[in-house]
Amino acid sequence: MSIELVLKYLTSPNFLRGAEMTLLLTIASLIFGVLIGLALALIQESQTRIGTVVTLTYLWLFRGTPVLFQIIFIYNVLPSFGIRLSAFVCAVLALSLNEGAYMAEILRSGLQAVKKGQRTAGLALGMTRTEMMRYVVIPQAARIVLPPIGNQMIGMLKLSALVSVIAVEELLLVANQTASADFRYFEALTAAGIYYLAMTTAFMGLQILLETVLDPKKRQRMRRLSLTERMLGTSKALAVR
Amino acid sequence: MAHLLEIVGINKSFGATQVLKTCTLAVDPSETLVVIGPSGSGKSTLLRCVNLLETVDSGDIFFAGENITRARRTAHLLRRQIGMVFQNFELFAHLSAAENVMLAPVKILGMSRADAHDIAVDLLRKVQIPEKADAFPDELSGGQQQRVAIARALAMRPKLMLYDEPTSALDPEMIREVLDVMAALSAEGMTSIVVTHEMGFAKRAADRIVFMESGEIIESAPSDQFFGGTVNDRARRFLDQILH
Repeated sequence: MSIELVLKYLTSPNFLRGAEMTLLLTIASLIFGVLIGLALALIQESQTRIGTVVTLTYLWLFRGTPVLFQIIFIYNVLPSFGIRLSAFVCAVLALSLNEGAYMAEILRSGLQAVKKGQRTAGLALGMTRTEMMRYVVIPQAARIVLPPIGNQMIGMLKLSALVSVIAVEELLLVANQTASADFRYFEALTAAGIYYLAMTTAFMGLQILLETVLDPKKRQRMRRLSLTERMLGTSKALAVR
Repeated sequence: MAHLLEIVGINKSFGATQVLKTCTLAVDPSETLVVIGPSGSGKSTLLRCVNLLETVDSGDIFFAGENITRARRTAHLLRRQIGMVFQNFELFAHLSAAENVMLAPVKILGMSRADAHDIAVDLLRKVQIPEKADAFPDELSGGQQQRVAIARALAMRPKLMLYDEPTSALDPEMIREVLDVMAALSAEGMTSIVVTHEMGFAKRAADRIVFMESGEIIESAPSDQFFGGTVNDRARRFLDQILH
């Protein structure tokens, strides 16, 4: 094994572009996945018959088939209906649709964890249903769903490697191509592995940060500090409680 | 004097169970009404019908002269004028005491945070816990939480307050502090309907006592008259039971 070669791969433009692509795929799919999931969860929350049928069918389809199947299906079948999308768009589409199904269940559990009495209290104050969801239910649900969403974030990063089958130049494909060109599997895959670990570490850090931001007590402590600072005109004030 | 609230012959069923049977009731401005009766007699449902958390099957409800019975689309506007306090407090767990009080004025009335904060501080002083403004619900005792909940309802400047068994979930030593706040509000002229088992409060603060049983309003009498002895047999039996 050659450490120099690992370092060379790590700093090579190809690997960097591959890692960028992986990150982009992951973030885009997560954002769309959360949006789809939120829509599905809210539809289920409304408890209409048609809404339940739509969401259950969606979950049945996208949780019931392999992601790899969905990626290949979208990439190869859509063109025969005259829909021509780039490999990248197909990849994001497949990953988002799949992620949406899992996110829907996570978000639904979060919404359900906020007790009925909290909703009634919001309504009794004169909120519309939308205001009640926005100001009472969702802020509390967000805190509850954060740990499982952290799981999904990291899962998505690894899932994104699957789109190498439709020739999206993400990290694993780059590593594999480099390895087979140079016959240096160990070094190329080690470099890719380091990139993956670095990104998952960053995601874990992000999760911890979000948990702090969404925890009202920790947030208040931070805010109180900055308010005190402003009033005293100093930044030396310590948050002592 | 015009009634602030008038309930005329309302009926309400949950499935096969009829929980309200042709209930008729009127509340005048500044009046404090205490509703008593055995559990399952429909007291809470009656209260929830007033601010349209439940819709009645038949009958009419008038608030400030307006028939609100079927105003489902504008129910949120009505509820802004009617404060409600719950057995389990239901403070918003993600907000501090002051933020709980500020939420509705800021988010639904569009008041500035600074103005709402001033109001919150005033109201928390009124319910005797100004020092807990920054505390979160899980850092407060039951009695303190309930007083914050009263302040939260008052922040919308309601014309009517509904209390649904406000002290039933409290430890005995905390009941007094909540009842004192409620009695003070009533004395200031806040129109109130209180569902409670606290007979001491009823004697002290109520203008009128309503006794319900099996979904019916059995008796509605001025407080002194009710406790003075000229009560209906069923009400008398209930009173004997709860006074031991």
